[in-house]
Amino acid sequence: MSLLDFFRSKKPSSAKLAKERLQIIIAHERAQTRGGHDFLPMLEKELLEVIRRYVAVSEDAVKVKLDREDGVEVLELNIILPDSEAKD
Amino acid sequence: MTKILVVTSGKGGVGKTTTSASIATGLALRGHKTAVIDFDVGLRNLDLIMGVERRVVYDFVNVVNGEASLNQALIKDKRVEGLYVLAASQTKDKDALTEEGVKKVLDDLKADGFDYIVCDSPAGIEKGAQLAMYFADEAIVVSNPEVSSVRDSDRMLGLLASKSYRAVNKLEPIRQHLLVTRYAPNRAEAGEMMSVDDMLEILAVPLLGVIPESPSVLNASNAGQPVIMDKTSDAGQAYEDAVARLLGEERPLRFITAEKKGLFSRLFGK
Repeated sequence: MSLLDFFRSKKPSSAKLAKERLQIIIAHERAQTRGGHDFLPMLEKELLEVIRRYVAVSEDAVKVKLDREDGVEVLELNIILPDSEAKD
Repeated sequence: MTKILVVTSGKGGVGKTTTSASIATGLALRGHKTAVIDFDVGLRNLDLIMGVERRVVYDFVNVVNGEASLNQALIKDKRVEGLYVLAASQTKDKDALTEEGVKKVLDDLKADGFDYIVCDSPAGIEKGAQLAMYFADEAIVVSNPEVSSVRDSDRMLGLLASKSYRAVNKLEPIRQHLLVTRYAPNRAEAGEMMSVDDMLEILAVPLLGVIPESPSVLNASNAGQPVIMDKTSDAGQAYEDAVARLLGEERPLRFITAEKKGLFSRLFGK
């Protein structure tokens, strides 16, 4: 830093800006590619297999959803069992 | 036991080939029989950085296609004992490499008693990059202190953890290392460049080394001599430290603080 720079006003550091921008975009992308879409289809398929060992349900009877609210992740499972008439 | 290392990054131009050349050379200098393979089919460049471009007769794709034997295609380095180069082909067909083909070559190298196989990945996340990392035991993710490079590194770390042979077959995960290249300590201290700590905080991967921005890297590639062989250069020494750490040694980080300037230069700049 030269004597001249010393008297110039200090700008906010660009490195800090880079880091903050990265932290936001990477957290967002990780949520999309890692915790999210990746394992859900597999989980849905395996759950369906397990349930079918006990109850005859249709292909689309199992719905899995992952939600994120206030930093808490909620895994929502929705399993539709056939009504008793259908069973007979 | 053969170890397969992939040098990858996602982004291009960050120093994958420079790193592959120096890490492979460093491992061989330490007495480990090492092969370094260029996976960048269509854009061969490792041969130039290794200084063997005029000795390429057969390449990786020739071996995969059975047009040449592995021994015919492996180029033995004349400077370092136990160092071999397998060049990429210049063919435009990006489907020339297959998973089975790559596996066969790696298995043959294992049978030949190689200690290390260094896979130099192409940029991007297409087939060449996927094949370069698929069979890896360890990964060196090369990253510059720059937003696009760090973001791409994070993508690669995700792919290494989910799309590799080890991940798919639920084996022990690939051991990941971060190698920071083109680091300018004075700019980091001035707040113009993300620091090593910033990068570690974002990527959360153990640090293998920090290679300073250095004129010696271009000098080395001009001469076709891996920069690690330039023992007087900062970058060469930083690569040597990285190789030592890869082999399990502990080395303090060097070249990560700015050189102190004298009073004169501080007052008048430059």
